[in-house]
Order: sequence, then structure tokens, then C-alpha cells
Amino acid sequence: MSLRIGIDVGGTHTDAVILDRDNRLVGAYKTPTTADVTTGIKNALNGVLKSSGVDPSEIKAAMLGTTHCTNAIVERKNLSRVGILRLGRPATLAIKPLTAFPEDLKEALGNIWYIAHGGHEYDGREISKLDEDEIRKYAKDMKSKGVEAVAICGVFSPVNPEHEKRAGEIIKEELEKIPITLSHEIGSIGLLERENAAVLNAAVTKVAENAINAFLGALKEAGVDKAKPYLTQNDGTLMSVEYAKRYPIRTIASGPTNSCRGAAFLTGLRDGVIVDIGGTTTLVSMIVKGFPRESAIAVEIGGVRTNFRMPDLISIGCGGGSVVRMTEEGVKIGPDSVGYRLPEEGLAWGGKVVTNTDIALAAGYAKIDDEKINLERLKVLDRDFVNKAVQKIVSEVEGCIDRIKTGPEAVPVVLVGGGGIIIPPEVYSRLKGASKVIRPEHFQFANAIGAAIAQVSGEVDRVFSLEKLSRDEALKTAKEMAISEAIKAGAKPDTVEVVEVDEIPLAYLPGNATRIRVKACGNLTI
Amino acid sequence: MRLLHRENIEDIAIGAAILGTGGGGDPYIGKLMAIDAIEEEGPVKLMDPSEVPDDALVVPTAMMGAPTVMIEKIPRGDEVLEALKMLERKFGKRALATISAEAGGLNSTIPLAVGARLHIPVVDGDGMGRAFPEIQMVTFHLHGIKASPMTMSDEKGNSVLLEAVDNHWVERLSRAVTVAMGGSAMIALYAMTGAQVKESAVHGTISLAESLGRSIREARAKKEDPIKKIMGMLNGFELFKGKVVDVKRRTVAGFARGEARFEGIDEYKGEELLIHFQNENLVAIRNGNIVASVPDLITVLETETALPITTEGLRYGYRATVLGIPCNEKWRTKKGLEVVGPRYFGYDIDYIPVEERMGRMKK
Repeated sequence: MSLRIGIDVGGTHTDAVILDRDNRLVGAYKTPTTADVTTGIKNALNGVLKSSGVDPSEIKAAMLGTTHCTNAIVERKNLSRVGILRLGRPATLAIKPLTAFPEDLKEALGNIWYIAHGGHEYDGREISKLDEDEIRKYAKDMKSKGVEAVAICGVFSPVNPEHEKRAGEIIKEELEKIPITLSHEIGSIGLLERENAAVLNAAVTKVAENAINAFLGALKEAGVDKAKPYLTQNDGTLMSVEYAKRYPIRTIASGPTNSCRGAAFLTGLRDGVIVDIGGTTTLVSMIVKGFPRESAIAVEIGGVRTNFRMPDLISIGCGGGSVVRMTEEGVKIGPDSVGYRLPEEGLAWGGKVVTNTDIALAAGYAKIDDEKINLERLKVLDRDFVNKAVQKIVSEVEGCIDRIKTGPEAVPVVLVGGGGIIIPPEVYSRLKGASKVIRPEHFQFANAIGAAIAQVSGEVDRVFSLEKLSRDEALKTAKEMAISEAIKAGAKPDTVEVVEVDEIPLAYLPGNATRIRVKACGNLTI
Repeated sequence: MRLLHRENIEDIAIGAAILGTGGGGDPYIGKLMAIDAIEEEGPVKLMDPSEVPDDALVVPTAMMGAPTVMIEKIPRGDEVLEALKMLERKFGKRALATISAEAGGLNSTIPLAVGARLHIPVVDGDGMGRAFPEIQMVTFHLHGIKASPMTMSDEKGNSVLLEAVDNHWVERLSRAVTVAMGGSAMIALYAMTGAQVKESAVHGTISLAESLGRSIREARAKKEDPIKKIMGMLNGFELFKGKVVDVKRRTVAGFARGEARFEGIDEYKGEELLIHFQNENLVAIRNGNIVASVPDLITVLETETALPITTEGLRYGYRATVLGIPCNEKWRTKKGLEVVGPRYFGYDIDYIPVEERMGRMKK
């Protein structure tokens, strides 16, 4: 037997599942998320082992999707002192590193930065030569300032990463064990956004190191000593722990992604819309070839603009605990929610607040097995109000489906998450924009299952000069590069396929450059 | 004359994107440069065209090339000052003020950084009242002002002084230099007198951009719908309200061309709008009838936030309100239409002002 364990940390619950070689569910366990995150992970791990009774040594791979890094950035806690080295002088001096950072975050990071010579043009020419002595001098200065992590960002490094790589080697010689982040491995075109992403990555290396060590410790303690450990990243694929320690920022938003991937897996769907209804929010995303579509716009993390890839999510304040009110403009839902206090504050439980769940219970399509519920309490709700509220819930979700779709055709919709009961089953067959609605078995474990089935990927995002290459040759090169990256990351070569190709010509320039982005994925070798 | 502070710059950047009619580049980098300059040097003076002495030298400053390059290879910061100084040396005279060549998009903000750094005022106006892709597409050109001598500078310290026989040659030659400089260059051109500024510029466009940005900011804070207010400020027309259902793109000679198709919602249910774009939005066709065309402004706003959507950002699912906004009268002359009319962009249609087209639709 070779088993896999998947653990996913959510806002309210930490879930763990065990899958066998054929991806059958062998065990599942849900436990509250704890403030330190790690305790919740331990509880979930021990809980699923105990409840399923499997032999821990049968587990050959352990996948973790965690919120440690997100929390550290949002709360500004335990962040590393970061030395930022930008390569581009004399270009880029007009806007210094950290310019648009919130003051408290800037302070937490130490505000230590340098702009050195180096960097490239869009066509790969050097802006200026890399000056090794200059970099060595800055490295020594970083050392004297007690830097704990380094972020290096060169102009057009996605086109030509050589300067970033060489500068990284020099810093390593001077600072030895300090983690170094190279921006071209994190973000795409857009210097400030990529630099910001690299800085945030460097800032969470310490947090990630500790979290990963705690995870490894928990596995060992639980007797899971034959498992290869992985972390899930926010595109639904895996990182080895060595890789995750270098690129921890990639764990941000891995939760919604895991849920998406899990939903795709549970239904066998490759393309469609995933509606994940929780207690406070509904997250709607689109899967393309089984993976969440990526956001095309700059995303903010902890108040910082980055171009770090993130799943394209629509989030609305309409979950199981969302408050329902009558206003002059009609029924209004959320965005406030009673969240986990639903069993105290919900009207059906004897509380005073009318929530989406109360509406679903009053309308009669939802059933909840809880002796504290008394449906008599819902009789005070006006029939017409209940009907209008149901219509509103449905139209809110329909609106999201419509916004996330890429074409006018109806698409299959998968409904996961515990809050999913607020959608009346009778509308499944006529939900606007949906060709069908699927509510899979084990929907409440979609996230942990998504972690357990995660694949391995390779990615390329760079500008190709079309003076010496034809467009087709450039595309072919990019695809080959992405496939080889995936194999390097641990994918079984015969399972690797290209899942995404994106081409954006550079505007206002004669047609000699184009930006190509390719991603390839394959199954993990175990 | 009044002073512009950090908040004013934030507002201008948002309004400039509306005037960009889908193109003109993201004002984000220019905005940060202007804010940085103001924080180091103090607020920048905004001067009404009527306040400019007739014999003063006024020099427009701008960034030329691919916005994508500029978001990656951020300027050194003083190359645009170098371009301006080089032109001053050529004329043997100091510039009293600078002015934007293009109030739509990122070139609204570059002169503000220049003004703050050199402690010279920025004239409240520009050469387009919107965004256009080529150097001769400015109202300065319509008034016979020569783009050259033009100066171009890069971050390495290279500068080029360019003299050409006409403004079309300036466009051709400077485009080649821009590519050699790495895809973006800082430029100074169309040097003119105060009298020429008064006559040839589109007046008040920086203040207009600021008011547009402020309206959006305030309306968002109060959770009100700013689109009506924006329409009023621009004497614009609502061309359509709908959802993007299809976007087709292709690249022709360095320009991102394409079409976006919208399906009507609310009172436009069952109707369709098609927008043709080439970096900027150029022609809008509702149910087979042209409702607006270049040089009038066609601006796509996200219905919920009233924030402008660029042609690069257009994609399926956006709920958008499309506005048609009358361009400056100078573009509606015979010469104006020769330079930026639909035929220059390859559309074999006559230009009819948006207010006439909308008037006919109503009848």
C-alpha cells in the first residue's frame, strides 16, 4: 500500500484526508484551525491517522497547504530583515525599492536597499555591466546591518536572468547561509510588482522555515516517517520542502486553489466553474484543464502591489452565516456574517439574526441535523421576504458565475463547501450560466483532497525578441522550457502536458517583441 | 496658478486613465515619479494657459515607446530633465513652463514630475485632450507648430537632437531611436511660445483629469454611482451598458488591434455593442450602427467601480458602461480629421460627431 495524506488549513477548519494509490478516500478528519496554525495541523494529522486506523509507515507522501506566510505578512509578525538588491543602475533610480509599501511593513523589514549596476533591455541586451565589486560591497553592508534574507531583482530578469543569478552567487559567498530570493523565479514583467513579490518572499523565509520544520516534526512524531513531504502552492501544484523554504510566498492563497482542485477531482471535471460557499464568503473560480485560472491583474498582498501569480477568484460576502436584511432597495445579503457563531446567533437556533441559513431552513429546502434548531422560530419570517431572499442568494451566485466565465456558453458548475446548503437543489437544473450543477460526495473535504492530489508544474514567462526567432519558434521554445522545468520539479515525464499558453504583444513598439507565458504540469513521481 | 499636492496627483492619474480611452499606458509609474518629486521638492505649480506670457518658451515633455517597457525599465528620473535642458540649450532660452502632450494615460503625469524637479509650472492643458499613438497627433501639429527640434534621452546618458523636414518624419525617426534606446525614451518636443500654447493647446485638461479622479474617489467612499457625474463633466453620452462577451486581438505593425463585443444589460437587453480598438478604442458600433468614432473619445468604465478598463485589460465578464465623449473642436476640423479621423486608422467611414449620432439614434 502506498498512501498519501493531504492537510489544508482554512480560515475556520483544518482538514486532513488520506488517499490510496487509486485516489480513494481512506480517511478524513476536520478540526478547528488554531491561532498558531501548527497545533491545528498536528491535531488534524493525528486525528485522521487515529480515525482511519492506517499504519503511518504506509504513507509515502504528505502534502500541506498552510496559511503561515499569509498570516505573517498580514499581521507583520516574525518577518525577516530583508536586504533588497536591485540591478538596473542607472535606470530605475526614479522609484526606489519599498516606495509604495505601508510604513509599518517597511519598518518590519528594516528598509535596507541598494540599486546596483546591471539589468537588461527588453531584447536581452545589458543596460550596464554587472559590477561584482559593487555587489560585494553591498553584501558586506547587508551583513553589518544584520540582514536575515536577501531579495534580488534585475530589470527584465524574466527575459535574461543571468545578472540576478550571478549577483545571487556573490551574495552567497559573502553571506553564506542567508536565504536569497531571485525575482525572476517569483514574478513576471513589471519591475516594482516583481520586486515587491521577491521582497515579501524573502520576508517570510524565516516563518516558512519554522513552519516547515514543525510540520516535519509533527510527521515524525506521528510515525509518518516514510513520507516525502510537500507544500502546496497557489496554482494547485506541489513544492518540495527545500523549494518551499526558498519560495514560501507561493503558499499564499493555496487554500482556495486546493478546494478548486479537489472539486475538479471529485467530479472528474476538467473545465468549469467552482462555487465554494463557506460561512462568510462565496469564492467562485474557473478551472481550465483542471487548474484554477490565474488572475491577469496586479494583486495586493498585505497592502503591497505585486504581480505574483494568484488564482483568479471572485469573492462575495454571501455565505451560510451572512446576515439577511430588508432595505428600501429590497433584500440585502451580507457582507457581514455571524460566521462560526451561527449556532448561537442564527434565528433558528434561538438567536436574533436572520442569516442565509435561516432563510434556507425557512424555505424548507435545507435540512440540518441539530437538535438545537427549532423551525417554529422561523415562522415570524414573512413568506414573501423568504422567497425574495432565496432569489437574491441565487442571483448573487449566478452573477459570480457569469463574471468568472470566459464565454457565453453554459458551463458545468461544482458546488462545494459547507455553506452550499443555501442554494436550493431545485434550481440546480436551471441555474443561469450553468449547464449542470454537481454537488459531489465528500464536498466538505474538497480542500484537503485538493492538497493530496496536487501535481508538479514548470513555468516560463518571458519576452521573446522576434528578430531572430519566428513566433512559432518562440512558442515552441517556451513550451519546451516549461516542460523541462516541470520534470526538474519532480513530474513523471510521460504525464507532463502544457496547461496554459498566453501571448501578449508589446504595444507601441514595432512588432519585434512578444511576451509568452507557458505552464506545464505532470503527476508526482512516488 | 495653484499648487498640486500628492492627493491631487492620485486623482489626476485616475482621471487620466479615463481620458486615455483604453490606451495611453498605465499612469502608475508616472504617478509615483511625480509623487516622489513632490515629496522631495515640494508641490508643483499648475498654471492656467491664460497666465502664460505670450513670449515665454513652453516645452512639452513626455515618455515615448512601450508602456510595458517603462513598467519594467523604470526611468533614472532625470533623463526627461536632460531632454528639456538640451532643447533649452538649442534655443538659448530657459523654458518658463512645461505642458503635457497627452493628458490621457501616463503622459499626464510625466510633466508634473518635471515641474516639481525643476521648480517650473505645468500648464493646465495638453495637446490631445485624450490619448493617441503618434507624435503628429497633437493639436500643436494642427496649428503648424513643428515637433522638431526634438530631444530624446535615455537613462544611460545618451541624448539625441533630432531635426526633421516635417512632423511625420519626426515620428518615423524618433520611433527608431526609441527602439535603439531600449523601447522607451524621454522626450521634449513641440517647443512653442506662450501665445502658441493659448492658441493650440486643449485647455484645462489636467484640472479635468483631477476632477474626474476626485469624483470617482469621493463617490466610491460614499458608495454612490459616479458615472452620471463623470458624463456631465465630459458632456458625454452613455453609448451602452453591458457585459464583455468576446475579445479578439491581433498584432499589426506593433499595434495591438482587436474587437470587443458587449451584450446589453438593463435597458440595453437584447442589444449588442462592438468596439474596434488599436491600443485606444476607435469605433463603437451598436446593433450595426456606428454610435461613436475617433477622434471622439470612447471610454469603457467598469460599471460597479467607474474605473476605466484599458484595451489590454478587456476580458470576458466585465460589466461595463461605455461612454462616448465629444473630442476637442480642433480635431473636428478638416485638418484634424486628416490627422486622426477614422480613415487615418483604416476605417472607411465618415466622421460624424457623437452628439449628432446619438441625436439621430433617439429620433
